[in-house]
Amino acid sequence: MTYVLRYLKPYWKQLTMVSVLLLVQSLSNLYLPDLNARIINEGIAMGDIDTIVRIGLVMLAVTLLLAGCSMLAVFLTARSAMGFGRDLRRAVFAKVQSLSQAEVNRFGAPSLITRTTNDVQQMQMAVLMGFNMMFSAPIMSVGGVIMALRQDVPLSASIIVIVPLMALVVGLVMRRTMPLFKLQQRKIDRLNQVVREKIAGVRVIRAFVKTEREASRFNEANLDLTNTALTIQRTMALVMPSLMLIMHLSAVAIMWFGAHRIDSGAMPLGNLTAFISYVMQILMSVMMAVVMLVMVPRAVASAERVQEVLAEVPSVAGPAALEGPSEAEDESPADPMPEGIVEFRDVGFTYPGAEAPVLSGVSFVARPGEVTAIIGSTGSGKSTLVNLIPRLYDATDGALLIDGVDVRDIPLKRLRGMVGLVPQKAFLFSGTVASNLRYGKEDAAEAELWKALDVAQAKGFVSEMPGQLEAAIAQGGTNVSGGQRQRLAIARALVKRPRIYVFDDSFSALDFATDARLRAALRKQVGDATVFIVAQRVSTIKDADRIVVLDKGQVVGIGTHAELMTSCEVYKEIVRSQHAEEEIA
Amino acid sequence: MSGGSERVPRLAATGPEPGQGRGPRFGRGPGRGGFHGPPGMMPAERARDFKGSLRRLLRLLAPYRLATLMVVALALGSVVFSIVGPRILGNATNLLFEGIIGKQFPAGLSVEQVDRMLRAAGRQELADMLGRMNVVPGRGVDFAAIRSVLLAAAMLYVLSAAFSWAQHYIMAGVSQRLVYRLRRDVDAKLARVPLKYYDSNTRGEILSRVTNDIDNIASTLQQITTQLITAAVTVVGVLYMMLSISPLLTLMALATLPLSLIVTLGIAGRSQRQFAAQWESTGKLNGHIEEMYTGHTVVQAFNGQEKALRAFDDENARLYAAASRAHFISGIIMPAMHFINNLNYVGVCVIGGIRVARGLITLGDVQAFIQYARQFSQPISQTASIMNVLQSTVASAERVFEVLDEAEETPDPAQPVRLPRVAGRVEFRNVSFRYKPDVPLIENLNLVAEPGQTVAIVGPTGAGKTTLVNLLMRFYDVDDGAITIDGVDIRAMSRDGLRSLFGMVLQDTWLFEGTIRENIAYGCRDDRCPPGEEEILAAARAARVDHFVRALPEGYDTRIGDDASTISQGQRQLITIARAFLADPQILILDEATSSVDTRTELLIQQAMAELMKRRTSFVIAHRLSTIRNADVIVVMNQGRIIEHGNHESLMAAKGFYYDLYNSQFSKAFAEAV
Repeated sequence: MTYVLRYLKPYWKQLTMVSVLLLVQSLSNLYLPDLNARIINEGIAMGDIDTIVRIGLVMLAVTLLLAGCSMLAVFLTARSAMGFGRDLRRAVFAKVQSLSQAEVNRFGAPSLITRTTNDVQQMQMAVLMGFNMMFSAPIMSVGGVIMALRQDVPLSASIIVIVPLMALVVGLVMRRTMPLFKLQQRKIDRLNQVVREKIAGVRVIRAFVKTEREASRFNEANLDLTNTALTIQRTMALVMPSLMLIMHLSAVAIMWFGAHRIDSGAMPLGNLTAFISYVMQILMSVMMAVVMLVMVPRAVASAERVQEVLAEVPSVAGPAALEGPSEAEDESPADPMPEGIVEFRDVGFTYPGAEAPVLSGVSFVARPGEVTAIIGSTGSGKSTLVNLIPRLYDATDGALLIDGVDVRDIPLKRLRGMVGLVPQKAFLFSGTVASNLRYGKEDAAEAELWKALDVAQAKGFVSEMPGQLEAAIAQGGTNVSGGQRQRLAIARALVKRPRIYVFDDSFSALDFATDARLRAALRKQVGDATVFIVAQRVSTIKDADRIVVLDKGQVVGIGTHAELMTSCEVYKEIVRSQHAEEEIA
Repeated sequence: MSGGSERVPRLAATGPEPGQGRGPRFGRGPGRGGFHGPPGMMPAERARDFKGSLRRLLRLLAPYRLATLMVVALALGSVVFSIVGPRILGNATNLLFEGIIGKQFPAGLSVEQVDRMLRAAGRQELADMLGRMNVVPGRGVDFAAIRSVLLAAAMLYVLSAAFSWAQHYIMAGVSQRLVYRLRRDVDAKLARVPLKYYDSNTRGEILSRVTNDIDNIASTLQQITTQLITAAVTVVGVLYMMLSISPLLTLMALATLPLSLIVTLGIAGRSQRQFAAQWESTGKLNGHIEEMYTGHTVVQAFNGQEKALRAFDDENARLYAAASRAHFISGIIMPAMHFINNLNYVGVCVIGGIRVARGLITLGDVQAFIQYARQFSQPISQTASIMNVLQSTVASAERVFEVLDEAEETPDPAQPVRLPRVAGRVEFRNVSFRYKPDVPLIENLNLVAEPGQTVAIVGPTGAGKTTLVNLLMRFYDVDDGAITIDGVDIRAMSRDGLRSLFGMVLQDTWLFEGTIRENIAYGCRDDRCPPGEEEILAAARAARVDHFVRALPEGYDTRIGDDASTISQGQRQLITIARAFLADPQILILDEATSSVDTRTELLIQQAMAELMKRRTSFVIAHRLSTIRNADVIVVMNQGRIIEHGNHESLMAAKGFYYDLYNSQFSKAFAEAV
C-alpha cells in the first residue's frame, strides 16, 4: 500500500495547495452562519438597513472566495489524481513488459490486465474522491468543534456521545457487509464464468442437448448472486436512515439540554441555534467520511493487487553490468556478428513451486547451417526447451550458451535480436500485414516483406487481401484463418533475418500441401542459420541434421533419423505410431 | 459510479481461447459497485432511443406495481415528516424564547400592562415583537410544553427514518428481483438465438451484455428510483413550505433556479464530451494493454517492449489529458451549485433582513425559510447527478434489450418426427448455403452416407468442411435443398431430437470449470443421467484418458477449466473424446478431433475411434489424410463444392486434387520414413 502511495509524491505540491484551498473553503463555510448572525444582531435588531446590505456584501465576497477555492481545488485534485493514475499505470505496464513468461503465466494475463486497468482506475478514483473528503472532513469537524466550544462548552460534550454512536452504527453495518461484498464479488465472478463457458461452448452444449442443464446451472449462480446482493442492499438500507435519525435526534436532544442551560442563564439563546448548526456541520462531515470509508477497503485491495505486480522481480534479466541506463547495447555495431552455435549444457527447468522438473539434464550442441528437430509426446518439454533460447524462461539448472557465452551474460536485447521465434500460438497484433511483418525489423523494405511472404507460402492470400500489405489485421489476427495466421507468424520471423530460428510447432494448422511447400522453401531461405524445429510428426523433421527425442523432460535419444531408428526405442515407437496410423485409419 | 467494488471488468471475457488469440473486448461500461460517486464519473454513453428504452425499463417494474407504489408512498411519508421537522423544532425555540422573555417581567402583570410599560419606556420594537408572541409575564420556560413539542419532533424523525428504511428495503427487493429476472430472460434468450448470433458477435461483447450491463442496472436501479422519488417529493414539499412562509422570498429563491439549471446542463454537456473522449482513450489503452499482455511472448522475443511502451505512453498521455479535463469539468458542478445556493442564501438574508426590520415578517420565519431554501436546491443538484447515472443505466438496458430482441431460431415443428433408433442413412440433397447472402459457399451439394459408413471430408481451409457439420447439426439451416436422416428431413425433427442422434468431437476443446469426472459425464444422454462411475471409467479408458488421469494427484476429481494448465491441450482433447464415447451416439462427427494430440496418443485414439465408428455412420473432417484413408467415402471439397469423391484407391487412381494433396504429404515422407 505505502509502496503504491509513493506515486503520489510528485504531486505533493499540488496536493498541499489543495489542502490549503480546502482549509480556506471550510473556514469560509463556517464563517457564513456567523455573518448571518451579525445581520440579525447588528442589522435587524437595530433596524439598520445599511448594515444589513454591508454585511450582505461581505457575505457575497466570502461566497465568491469559497467558489474560487473549490474550483481551483477541484482542478488541482483532478490533475493530481489523473496524473497519479497515469504514472502508476505506466509503472505497472513497464513492469509487466520486463517480466518473463514464467511470471506472466503465474499471474495470468487476464489478471495482469485487470490489475493494470481496473485496479489502477480504482485507486485513481479513491485519490480523486478521497482528497476532498480526507481534507475537508477533518477541517470541517475541527472547525465545527471549535465553533461549538465557543458557543457552549458543556453542551459540546454531546459531540463526544453522538460521533462514537454514529461510528458504532457504521462499524456494525460495515462489519456485516464487508465480508458480504467479497462474497458478492466471488458470486459475480462465478456467474461471469458460467456465462463465459456457455458462450464459448455453445456448439457443444447444443450438440449434447444440455441447454436445460446449463439453464439450471446459470439459474443457480444467478439466484445465489441475487440473494447475496439483496442481503447487502437491505443491510445498507439501514445506514443512511439511521445516521440521519441520529443527527436529527441529536438536534432534539441538544435543544432539550440547551433549553435548561439557557433557563439557568448559563448560555444566551442565540448560541443554541448556532450550536445546533455547527453540530450539524460536524455530523455531515462525519457522514461524508463514512461514505469515503466504504471505498477504502476496495482501494486497499486494489492497491495490494497492484503492489504485487510492482514488487515482482523479473526472473529473466539482462546481465547487470551491461544493463546500464544508456542502453549501451544499442550503439555497439562493433559487436561481431554472432555465429549462432547454441549449446545446451546439462540444462534443467523446473517451474517455481512445482515438484517435478519439466526438463532435466539436456545437453547437445546445435551449429549454424544445421537443423535441429525436437520431437516427443505432448508435455515432454519440447516448447519449454526452445523457449529457453530467447530466454523467455531461464534454465533453473545448467547453462545455455551461444557462441560459448552463457545467455545470461548476453544483453537481452541483443540475444533476442539473434533469435527468430515462431511461437506455438501464432499471435498477430492489430494493425496491418506490413506492421506485423516489420515487428522484428522496422526498416524492412517492401521487397523483403514479399520475399518472406513468398517463403512462408503466404504471398497468395496476402495479395488477394484488399490492400495487400496494408490489409488490416484484427487484434489477435482473428480476421485471418489459423493457417494464415501461422504463415504470417513465420514470415514475421523470416523478415527479421535472425541467426537462430525457432519454429515451435509452427506448421500444425497448415494443410499438407502447404506444409510441404513451406518447408522446402524454408530450407533454402534460412541458409546457414541455426534452426530449431519442434514438431509432432516425423515427416516434418525427418531430414533434420539432428533429432532430439524428449520423453518426460529427458533426452532419450539424439541423432539423425537413421541413427535413431536403430538406437532409440521411443523414437521408433513414434515412427511406428505414425506409420501404423496409415494402416489403421 | 466507479466507487465500484472489485468488480469483474469487461475484460473478464479474457480467457485463453483455443488456438487463437481472439481476446476479450473492452467495453464501454462503467465500473460498478454498491456505491456511486459524484456525477460525471459515468462514461458519457447515451442510449440510442433513450425514451423508448427508459419506458421499457420502467415496464419491467410492472409486476412489482404494488411494491413500487408502496415505495412511493413511503418516500412521500418520509420526506414530508422530515420537512415538517424544522418547523416543529422552531416551535420549541419559540417556547423557549417566550419563557425567557416572560421571566423578565414580574408575575401577575397582564400582557397589556407589559406592553404599556415597554412603550412608556420607549422600547417600541420590543413591544411590537412581544405583540406577536405568546408571553405570560412572570412565567419561566414551560418545559412540559417544550418536552411535548420535542417528543413530537422526535417521533416525526423516527417515523421519517423508519419510512426511509422501509422504502430502501422494499426497493432493494424489487430491483434485485427485477435484475434476477432480466438475467434469467437473457440467459434463456441466448439459448434460443441461432448460432449465427454467436458467430457474428465477439464473446466479450455477448458476455458484457449479460454480466456488466445487467450488473450496472442492478447497482443503479435502486439508487435511481429511490433518489428520484425522494427528490420529486422534497421539491414539492419544500416549495409548499416556502410559499406558506413568504411568496415574495419564494419567488426570489426560484429566480436562481433557471441559473442553476443552465449551469448544470451546460457543465454536464461539456463533461459528457470530455468523458466520451476519456472513454475512447481508455478503450484504446486497455486494448493495447490486453494485446501486449496476451502477446507477451512475441513482444519479448521480438524486442518489442520499448515499442509497446511508446505506444502505451502516447495513449496514456491522451487519457490523462481527457480524464483530467473530464473530472475537472464534472467536478465543478458541485461548487458551482454551491455558489448559486450561497447567492440565494445571501439574497434571502439581506432581503429577508430588510423585511424583518420593516416589521413585515418574523425573524423565525426567515430562519426557517433559509433552511428550506437550502433543502430545495439539494434535490435539484442531486437530480442532475442522477441523470448521468440514468443515462448509463438506460444505455445498459438498451444493450440488454437488444439481446432480448434478437431473432430466434425458427421454432421446432409442432409435431416433431421422433427417431429413437436410426439406421443412419444421411443424405444431403441439392443443399445450398451461404453465411453471407452475397458470398456463395455451398452450392447444390449432394452427398449420401449409407448406414455404418465412414465419410471423410477433406479439402483446404475454407472449403466448407465445417459448414457441413453446422448444417447437419442444424446450427445453421440450409438455404435450399434438404438434409435427411433415414429419409426424414431434419427440419421435421426437433433440434434436440436431431442432436441427440449425434456425437461430436470438435476442434475446439471445450471443457467447463469442474472436475474431470464431471466433464466426461457431460456426454451422458438424458435417459442415462447421471452416468454411473463404471460408464465414466469405461469411456475414459476407451479414450485413453484413464491412464493420465490416474497419474494426477487428485485423479478424476482434478479440477479443470477453460484456462487450466494442469493438463495439456492434447489431454483436453482426449477428455472431449471420452465425452463422446460416453454419449454413445448413433452418428458420429469428428472435426479435427485429434489435431493436437501427439502421435503416440493419437494412435491409441485412432484404434478406439475405429472401434467407435464401426457400427455407426461417421463423418470425419481432418487435414491429415492418414486418418481417413480407410474411409468408405472420401469427399474432397474445394470452395463449397464437392470436386471429387470415392474411396482412397479410386481417388488415387484418378490422380486429381486428392492425389496431389496426398502425395504432397505422404509419398515422400513415408517412403523414406520407414
